[in-house]
Amino acid sequence: MKHLPQKPSDFAERLRALPESDQDEQLAILARLADHQLDFIDTLQLDRIFTASDAAKPSGFETIRLAILASHTVAHLLPSIRVAGLRRHLIIQAYTGEYGQYYQDILDPHSALYRFGPDVVLLIASASQQITDIPLNADSETATCILAERAEHLRGLWRRIQENSEATVIQQTLLDVTEPLFGSLDRSVPGSPQRLVRRFNDLLTENAAAQRVLLLDIESACRLDGRDMWFDSARWLQGKYEIAPVAAPVYGEMLASIIAGDRGRSRKCLILDLDNTLWGGVIGDDGIDGITLGHGNALGEAYLAVQEYALRLQERGIILAVCSKNDPMLARRVFDEHPDMRLRLSDIATFQANWEDKSANIRRIAESLNIGLESLVFLDDNPAERERIRASLPMVAVPELPDDPAEYVRCLARARYFEATAFTADDLQRAEQYHAQGGRAALQSSAQSLNDFLRSLDMRISCDCNAKVDMPRAAQLLAKTNQFNMTQRRYSPDQIARMIQSNSVSVYTFRLIDRFGDNGLVSVMLIRNNSSDHSDLEVLNWVMSCRVFGRQLEHEIMNKIVEIARRDARRTITGWFHPSERNAVVADLYERCGFARSTDGNDANSKWRLMIDDYQFAETHIQTEGSQ
Amino acid sequence: MNEERLLKLFSDILQRLLGDDSIRLHPDTVRADIDGWDSFNYVNFIVAIEQELCVRFQVADVESFKTVGDIADETLRLLED
Repeated sequence: MKHLPQKPSDFAERLRALPESDQDEQLAILARLADHQLDFIDTLQLDRIFTASDAAKPSGFETIRLAILASHTVAHLLPSIRVAGLRRHLIIQAYTGEYGQYYQDILDPHSALYRFGPDVVLLIASASQQITDIPLNADSETATCILAERAEHLRGLWRRIQENSEATVIQQTLLDVTEPLFGSLDRSVPGSPQRLVRRFNDLLTENAAAQRVLLLDIESACRLDGRDMWFDSARWLQGKYEIAPVAAPVYGEMLASIIAGDRGRSRKCLILDLDNTLWGGVIGDDGIDGITLGHGNALGEAYLAVQEYALRLQERGIILAVCSKNDPMLARRVFDEHPDMRLRLSDIATFQANWEDKSANIRRIAESLNIGLESLVFLDDNPAERERIRASLPMVAVPELPDDPAEYVRCLARARYFEATAFTADDLQRAEQYHAQGGRAALQSSAQSLNDFLRSLDMRISCDCNAKVDMPRAAQLLAKTNQFNMTQRRYSPDQIARMIQSNSVSVYTFRLIDRFGDNGLVSVMLIRNNSSDHSDLEVLNWVMSCRVFGRQLEHEIMNKIVEIARRDARRTITGWFHPSERNAVVADLYERCGFARSTDGNDANSKWRLMIDDYQFAETHIQTEGSQ
Repeated sequence: MNEERLLKLFSDILQRLLGDDSIRLHPDTVRADIDGWDSFNYVNFIVAIEQELCVRFQVADVESFKTVGDIADETLRLLED
């Protein structure tokens, strides 16, 4: 949690001085106070006030109903989980069930668990239950057999939760509470406790991937922080705390970041400062030969490590940008000419080097990439700049970098800004896609008119229906898209699979290719099949990647859907718009597509209807190809 | 560190834990005297002292402490070691 700034010295006073009249303002202040390094007592204090307040449905916050099922004490984790949620603008309402009753809770479809209506179910298994009775002399086959059976049993529980609710299931890996028995040999003896824990966690991992369950990997957290921080035998004996109270704040961060990732709230873009962040020294003063970067000295290698980590992030789909108070020519020259630079200009999606205020530049970066400020992380060595950005743009995450550049990578990596719940082919291509975006921008500025530009892009879309290979990306797009998202209804991959299987919906996926490359799967439309009105085609949700806004794609997709509707002898198309904080861009989409607003809906969920016979096919510069 | 300063520190910790600034701990205070000082907050209280003063109580001692004075005595002993 070193990435968070120190708490203000008047932390307790500020908690006490909350404006009682204004609940929304109260929550905003609590969320800002939560965004500091808090020990477990600070966390308890903040949580006490948070749980006592009752802001009904505050704007900008999302409520998550979280059920935690465990066979040991978890009450001490709840404050940390709620506070970590608050940091991400999630209001977490927790349910913990009766002590040791979680089987019944899961198996009985009418149990308190399902009546609670969880959005997320966290299942915690314990090494003390899963492995301690396996004999030390078990051979590898026997041990695997027993463990596989137990892992399968857990998988059965996941399935029941998925059948009985719409919740995302998160399974915590086993915390290795065992002590070494042989020493280094523990790794090799099939029946040794340490080896069993590892093996069990591997089995969980395989099952989770197959069952579309997310993991909370406490085993890796122990590797990073040390098991003894996580498990304290005294606390276990005193109150069956499997996770030590001092580790609770980190546990909360882990869980909340996974939930945030699952809800499309992970960050998407890393903005880098230049001087003393990517290299040592000031390029304007020290010159290209004077800055510290590269092999041969420890500090130069530390900056290299920052660049290399940024590149790894980019490889997994995080967008990189630059924001620096600098001479733009000089700054770019370092990227082009310094022999030890790892990052190249082509790695940077948007480059803002000038003498303007950094918050203006950061806004510009968000605009040019068409992503929200809450998707940004800003890395800057200068404490004053960091404070300024936190004050002016509180939605941007600004890690509190330590003084020593040698620690930058660790600080950034441990902040869990970019927690992902899947890694898709599209993530791998994103860098290329954003680079191509640069090419398109250049073409656009040289084109005579928007029409010329769109024509010269040579765009083609392909359309598929219920294509299995597209489902992981389709689910990701449905979960992560905030702007072009008509109803904000998010579906887990599992729900989508079930809806397709039961033929209650059809999932249409659209890919866009242009002369600069493949944009990948950029839009998803969910169409209801089981409507009582057979003459109507109902669109349950429609999302589109912000990367392809302004390319007429929505009109070409609507052309396509009208064709499909006609083919199926429908007479109308129904669509819904559910306004949120971030989807104003599509508020008039159905209107622009020729729909009329129906009187059935209301402002929170407006209903739109298109008479197919009256539809005027939109002229676009996009060719359609593909199977549908 | 002496008992008086320790009691001040203990009071401060418990005030923060229970959100009650009026709490004043004395050597003869027992848990039942303080509203909300349940077993959950007792463990929290012990953990907080351990963190604050870098000491470590034995499990048996934590179970046998009767009064705040008992905790203070043991804390002073640990600090002297």
